[in-house]
Amino acid sequence: MVPALKVQGLRKVYGNGFEALKGIDLEVEQGDFFALLGPNGAGKSTTLGILCGLVQKSDGVAEVMGCDVNSDSFGARLSLGVVPQEFNFNQFEKVEDIVVTQAGYFGMSKADAVARTEYLLKALDLWDKRDQASRMLSGGMKRRLMIARALVHNPKVLILDEPTAGVDIELRRSMWEFMKELNAAGTTIILTTHYLEEAEQLCRNIAIINKGEIVRSTTMRGLLAQMNSETFVFDLQAEVSSDFILEGFESRVVSPDSLEVVIKDGQSVNDVFAALTAADCQVRSMRPKSNRLEELFVDLVNGGAS
Amino acid sequence: MTNAQIQWVALQTIVVKEVRRFMRIWAQTLVPPAITMTLYFVIFGNLIGPRIGEMHGVDYMSFIVPGLIMMSVITNAYGNVASSFFSNKFQKSVEELMVAPVHPLTILAGFVAGGVARGVAVGLIVTLLSLYFTSLEIHHVGIVIGVVIMSAVLFSLGGFINAVHARKFDDISIIPTFIITPLTYLGGVFYSIELLPEQWQWVSQLNPILYMVNTFRYGILGVSDVGVAVSFLMMSVFILVLGAYSILLLQRGTGMRQ
Repeated sequence: MVPALKVQGLRKVYGNGFEALKGIDLEVEQGDFFALLGPNGAGKSTTLGILCGLVQKSDGVAEVMGCDVNSDSFGARLSLGVVPQEFNFNQFEKVEDIVVTQAGYFGMSKADAVARTEYLLKALDLWDKRDQASRMLSGGMKRRLMIARALVHNPKVLILDEPTAGVDIELRRSMWEFMKELNAAGTTIILTTHYLEEAEQLCRNIAIINKGEIVRSTTMRGLLAQMNSETFVFDLQAEVSSDFILEGFESRVVSPDSLEVVIKDGQSVNDVFAALTAADCQVRSMRPKSNRLEELFVDLVNGGAS
Repeated sequence: MTNAQIQWVALQTIVVKEVRRFMRIWAQTLVPPAITMTLYFVIFGNLIGPRIGEMHGVDYMSFIVPGLIMMSVITNAYGNVASSFFSNKFQKSVEELMVAPVHPLTILAGFVAGGVARGVAVGLIVTLLSLYFTSLEIHHVGIVIGVVIMSAVLFSLGGFINAVHARKFDDISIIPTFIITPLTYLGGVFYSIELLPEQWQWVSQLNPILYMVNTFRYGILGVSDVGVAVSFLMMSVFILVLGAYSILLLQRGTGMRQ
């Protein structure tokens, strides 16, 4: 089976001499839910831009479902749906017209386009807004409109470039469910996001890109298993002095009644409780300092974890 | 579905979208030229025309009507494509086309067809208005249709190239203001070049709009300052050159692809 996406030695040098991609390799299997993560300016959008034909590559290979994005661009585009980071639809057109028009660009008959548009707008809770000019929609609705537009031709591969940016938590979770259903139905999804919890919840495989280079490409489970430490915050019943140190652990007093403790390989939360009990500290509550993936991500882009 | 079928549906989609756009904003696209041309008919045709007398053997109102119709066709075809395509670039909605399997030729043909549609629509409105002021007898229907379509195609291509190179909205008004409007006014809309001194007649013959206006006038009145065959040849050459350049711009993704 051909991979959904294949990138080899992909380079991009912009006109001002900035090398956005330094020869990256990447492969995404069909049916995968794949996260491409990286800090701002790392090269995520450039990579996705090359795949969907909006950015001209400088060197290397980029294929979608076995079709080269340059020599067989029509084949590649037929297989691909794109939800870009920025709103890129006509602000004066009606919601329904935007989706039906996009279907026409892919050669769909008017009847099929209208039926598919109705299905997608209903699925994405936009059907009531179908006759409104797109500029009247809220930010979350605009994002969902771009998803409907990207899916109208039933693509095998869907690229989502920060699809839930600016979307409230409730709506974000309903969009996650929608994406999971799409993926379960066989659509390969490539996701970039700054919400690392989102990537952890949804994606099976992950690549982390930084300064134009892939610094890690592996399974989500494998990556999380590489964590050699995790930081927890313990809220205490009574205050401790600012120079308090928990015996046997790397710790830091965050506030008089709050202690940050790093739990490394070979240590457990039970050990922390035992040490706290020994120090006569009662724990009111505890929580991870940050999302697990977030810690790894920061470590990797700062050149830490290996 | 074959590639040809995809291109055909995509072409229809672009044309429908373009027509829908100028019809949606009819108060900006269809009404202003109707008002402007009516004022020309009243002032130049009705008030000043009788004092001027005949030109090329016809009364002045009949003489200026073909020129004013052609002026409407040219400026509206140009303006439609320039503003629509630049607006697509500005709002980034041109990316909808760039990520779809639409051939550059299909994109160009769709926008040009939109420009021709608006040019012809405005031309028809102005023609209907002119019937209130004068009667029109068409001498050569084929020439009238041919010159209108070819002029609209040519100026739609010009509008497209302008929009591709434009970086801000001001850039799509520079060419119409400083090039098209002067060439149109000096292109024999209001006078026959026979009235000019010989050296200025020669200079006028370098103006491509003179050929379009006069060929259209020939189609309606049967009188012209220039040869019809030369005019069609010139328009064909310009269409081929501008069309090829437009395709090149689309293939390169100039102003659209990084």
